[in-house]
Amino acid sequence: MADKGMKKRWISLYVENQVGVLSKISGLFSGKCYNLDSLTVGTTEDPTVSRMTIATVSDDETFEQIKKQLNRMVEVIKVIDFTNTFVRMKEILYIKVFNCSSEDKVELFQIAETFKARVIDYGKDSLLLEFVQTATKNDAVVKLIKEEFGRIEVVRGGSVGIESISMMER
Amino acid sequence: MKQISGNKLLVKALKEEGVEYIFGYPGACTIDISDELYKQDDITVILPRHEQALVHAADAYARTTGKVGVCLVTSGPGATNLVTGLATANYDSVPLVCFTGQVARHLIGNDAFQEVDIVGITRSITKYGVTVRNREDLGRIIKEAFYIARTGRPGPVLIDLPKDVMAELGSPEYPKNVNIRGYKPNTSVHIGQLKRALKTLAKAKKPLFLAGGGINISRANDVFLEIVEKTGVPVVTTVMGRGAIPTNHPLFIGNLGMHGAYAANMAVSNCDVLFSIGTRFNDRITGKLHEFAPHAQIIHIDIDTASISRNIHVDIPIVADAREALTKASEYVENYTSQKWLNEISGWKQEHPLAMRPNDRLSPVDIINEINQQFDEAIIVTDVGQHQMLVSQYAQITPGKQLIMSGGLGTMGYGFPGGVGAKIGNPDKPVIVISGDGGMQMNIQEFATAVLEELPLILCVFNNEYLGMVRQWQKLFYGKRYSMTNLRSGALSRRTNGEEYPEYTPDFVKLAESYGAKGIRVFNKTEVAAAFEEAKKNTKVPTLIEFVIDPEEMVYPMIKPGGTLEDLIMDC
Repeated sequence: MADKGMKKRWISLYVENQVGVLSKISGLFSGKCYNLDSLTVGTTEDPTVSRMTIATVSDDETFEQIKKQLNRMVEVIKVIDFTNTFVRMKEILYIKVFNCSSEDKVELFQIAETFKARVIDYGKDSLLLEFVQTATKNDAVVKLIKEEFGRIEVVRGGSVGIESISMMER
Repeated sequence: MKQISGNKLLVKALKEEGVEYIFGYPGACTIDISDELYKQDDITVILPRHEQALVHAADAYARTTGKVGVCLVTSGPGATNLVTGLATANYDSVPLVCFTGQVARHLIGNDAFQEVDIVGITRSITKYGVTVRNREDLGRIIKEAFYIARTGRPGPVLIDLPKDVMAELGSPEYPKNVNIRGYKPNTSVHIGQLKRALKTLAKAKKPLFLAGGGINISRANDVFLEIVEKTGVPVVTTVMGRGAIPTNHPLFIGNLGMHGAYAANMAVSNCDVLFSIGTRFNDRITGKLHEFAPHAQIIHIDIDTASISRNIHVDIPIVADAREALTKASEYVENYTSQKWLNEISGWKQEHPLAMRPNDRLSPVDIINEINQQFDEAIIVTDVGQHQMLVSQYAQITPGKQLIMSGGLGTMGYGFPGGVGAKIGNPDKPVIVISGDGGMQMNIQEFATAVLEELPLILCVFNNEYLGMVRQWQKLFYGKRYSMTNLRSGALSRRTNGEEYPEYTPDFVKLAESYGAKGIRVFNKTEVAAAFEEAKKNTKVPTLIEFVIDPEEMVYPMIKPGGTLEDLIMDC
């Protein structure tokens, strides 16, 4: 595929909170061979409306097409391109580290402090960390801990985003 | 207010939507709906012999009447048999509302008898699909379905009806209005953008209109013709757009694309402004994308934003209904005739006119020409394959005539049931089905429907004993290895290593007769006219005319798949 402006982009999507909508949206990406990096969904202040944050890696033309295809779906209420707008965006990340020695634990506490993470659970030889930061930072943390420690378990939430009032962070 | 069942509300809704015909096939999950239909006389139920045929019939009914086609099938296999027809209608933007039965809610997910997740299966080939989970939503959902199907870019909508929801009593109200917050199709045209487009067209030295199926769908033919005549700008059409202006009009060049006329493709390659309306620049018309209309600024009017700048880059996009946009445009256009450009085009026409090689044997073009001569008014329905492309090249589509086919999906088996639906919607117009011997056999059971409904269809079967279009590719690109395309091959031919073949089967004439239809077999050019005259006399039953044609017949010109004009094959 041509590498015309391949980059990561974000969409915030208002959809009807109905059965099958998530499947329809994700089916669009798989059916048309669009990259789907992450997708999060939850209800909003209006229980009949859900909001999704979608991250995709695509070129300019494909991204235009993705937005158009989303827009023409009956269940889609609004498509907002988050790529170049001011947004706040965060992702939750849990990392469980196993087989920790005492030194490992000390190091993990230091990592937690450095990255503003929290140690939220603790066992004889294991530790559970919680990070709430941008997906890019989470990528870095996972890489770091994976390199430094043996057995780990990772679960990530996917980015959720909202337009910021004055500050941008993603 | 007295409460009524969902089944009763459905029938009431259909009446309020003005539905005259419903194409249905019964089953356990829809038997209560069948029962309600039995109790009334306003809606006529047509019973095709297979659900695939049923949805194609509803599709052709919709295409030829402009109304929404309505289908009713049962759950499970009844529903899955709709799949091909839904995809066909989705591709060609045909408004359908399809009701599928579903097992009762407490059984959904249990792998109950005849249970499938049809909404899930058809999600990517319908405009909208939904299972009715609550009785109180039923009226609103049906109302929305009809609205979604016929507005914007039309398309098929599927409503899945669990049996217990339909049995439940509820409000008898059918809503009057629709308000879907995520669906507000915009038809009106942006005047500034339209003026920009017309300014560009005015400056062009070699302007060209490209008319797609959207003109036929929005019934914009009259206003388009007016614009063409005012501007003097020549026209090429896609296969689906054929008839956008009368094909005998001096400014009509021909179809473009893989089997398009040489002059039409040359015009696209050489034009400097391509004013396109209602087309999605499918690969069959563009060939290699980078070399499509390389010198042209492209203007594109389409109702579907997602069709604009998807395959080719559009310089001036206009999102609008074709008829609204063209009606507005007709107020501003002037004469932009360039005689030099028209001369160039007629030069190409003379250089390589559209023609089939002379053949002493009966040739498809003899048959199509006879249809052109004998019928001033007709609906022509084709199947898919060589005959379809030949019809798209040679059929004269003038006012009073309409050509329909499965253009986007290319569904074999569309022709015959399509003819059934077209005739039901247009009882006073001659309906001519043109099919190959392969496609004809894909829905041949529709003889029963056609005979019992007393539909005097004229069914032309171009019998070349092969799946001709695939054979054509095999001849040109696969060293004449006719794998899987010989319709006479079987055990005998395998046993004898291709030395012997049995007689062609079926005997189409006897088959027609066994259903109570008429059958005529034609071998020679001289018999063609008489065969049609004979067929016209049968006003209560369909007539099948089997035309025994040369298996070597090819469709030319042809652009190699993915090729450019330079890969054009004129004949060989």
